Amino acid sequence: MSVISTDKLGGPSIVFGDSVNTDVIIPGRYLVSIDPAELATHAFEPLGAEVQARLLRSPVIVAGRNFGCGSAREQAATCLIGAGVKAVVARSYSRVFFRNAINTGLVAVECPAAVDAVKEGDDVWVDYTAGTVTVGGTDYAFAPFPAVLKEILEAGGLIPHLMGKFAKEKS
Amino acid sequence: MGKTFAVKALERASGESGLAPGQIVDAFPDLYMSHTATWRCIKTLEKMGWPDLFDRDRIAMVMDHISPAATSKIAGDHRLSREFAQRMGIKNFFDVNAGIAHIVLMEHGLVKPGNLIIGTDSHSTIYGALGALGTGVGFSEITAAWVTGKLWMRVPESMKILVKGPLPEGVYPKDVMLKLIGDISADGATYFSVEFHGDWVESLSTSERMTLCNLAMEAGAKNAFVPPDAETMRYLEQHGADMATVVPLASDPDAEFARTVEIDGTTLEPQIAVPHNVDNVVPISDVAGTKVDQVFIGSCANAKYDDLAIAARYLKGRTVAPGVRLVVTPASADIMAKAAADGIVTTLIESGALLTNPGCGACAGSGGAMADGEVTLSTANRNFRGRMGSYESSIYLSSPAVAAASAVSGVITDPRLVTV
Repeated sequence: MSVISTDKLGGPSIVFGDSVNTDVIIPGRYLVSIDPAELATHAFEPLGAEVQARLLRSPVIVAGRNFGCGSAREQAATCLIGAGVKAVVARSYSRVFFRNAINTGLVAVECPAAVDAVKEGDDVWVDYTAGTVTVGGTDYAFAPFPAVLKEILEAGGLIPHLMGKFAKEKS
Repeated sequence: MGKTFAVKALERASGESGLAPGQIVDAFPDLYMSHTATWRCIKTLEKMGWPDLFDRDRIAMVMDHISPAATSKIAGDHRLSREFAQRMGIKNFFDVNAGIAHIVLMEHGLVKPGNLIIGTDSHSTIYGALGALGTGVGFSEITAAWVTGKLWMRVPESMKILVKGPLPEGVYPKDVMLKLIGDISADGATYFSVEFHGDWVESLSTSERMTLCNLAMEAGAKNAFVPPDAETMRYLEQHGADMATVVPLASDPDAEFARTVEIDGTTLEPQIAVPHNVDNVVPISDVAGTKVDQVFIGSCANAKYDDLAIAARYLKGRTVAPGVRLVVTPASADIMAKAAADGIVTTLIESGALLTNPGCGACAGSGGAMADGEVTLSTANRNFRGRMGSYESSIYLSSPAVAAASAVSGVITDPRLVTV
């Protein structure tokens, strides 16, 4: 049974541009915490209270190129989970943000065509199993995850994935 | 068709052969570095119920980001890490006095050509200066590696950077990298193994190669690489690496590079990254005269011994402009000791610089914060909004020469116009 729902993930979206960096997503001063809920209160703080309030109402982040560039801080993914984000749809990711998303169980898909179609606040749905992003009644396909990544993601992240494996080996 | 360095390094680390870009393999790193994030790894290990460690000798911990501790919470995190290392017999534990993880590990002979090294820091690409494949990961992956000894890795395509030298007086490897990042953009090398080639690259010291490989991350590189040579062997021997285990790897002459980028350094002028992205790069003539409130000479990019020596040349017999703070944070304790022994530290202090303990310092937001509206010129590798204090402050990036010359004048200054 997958921790992330195999149902569609989605709802209203918050839209960002290119190269949103990790210092903007979660400033370094807050890395003293690993609690997703606490981190969420500081997510996107450099962009101001209005953006932060919109984030909390938006289960889907839509972004341009190179989302999450910069630091290797894993909290850039966990703060979004804490804020209630179910999925990120971007043109592309920095490699370490993408790894951190998979490893924390956050669905992050590359789908430039869907990004082109979205306007701020639009409902966006990500069907993880079908490999589609739906915007305004149109489906846009994304490349399916390789099996090993899918396994980690579906376990809810790398650590739960390993704990599951250890438990299986023990029994 | 020959193989690239990245393919060879991942074949070695995975035990597989015939790998091609795009494949995903289980790779066993030679070293797992965790910095101030170490406590997060320990907490995660606790959550997992303390499984056995795969190989404690591959674990390295360096308390570099907020050192000494700024709060009791952080002091507790340091203590947790210190006690864990002691209890588990982890000998490669470096405390708050050591300096920046990357530099410290290389200075202690722990990074060798052909190695695969992962670290809880994006600038782990720097290990390519010694011919290793270094890459950044989150703290969960380091914890997982402590236990399983491995992680999944995608075999990257490779990119070749050809730099034509020599550089003009007053122009440095930092300027070459800012130019490159500006040219190919912040994601121009995303997922690529970035290799630096050419006579000029071969002429560089290991410290200068570190600046190249460190900054490659700001173009999105998965890892960076300078082919190991006699200079590499000299550095390794000098720093006590176990030479018997050194097996250098390099791309075959007919290896395939997905992209080649050429930079002509011979006519380059000093480069500046202007707020708030590292790829907002302009020649210094575009921003010369911009007033600065603070100058920071620090970070794993440019606070090594040669960087401090260059800064001292521009500061000797001069004083920092009134009202400007010059903060100098040596990258490591060894560098600081050497700079103290040969008078560089005295030159810096006499000029009015504020010399801090070695470590990440202001680059990681520990000290050196700015108030609203202030400007810092920094030798670090990131100028993202809010990284150094107020969200309404600005960071410009430059070489140590530009930084030192600008500290004296109080405005962004072309070092070529300063007599040294």
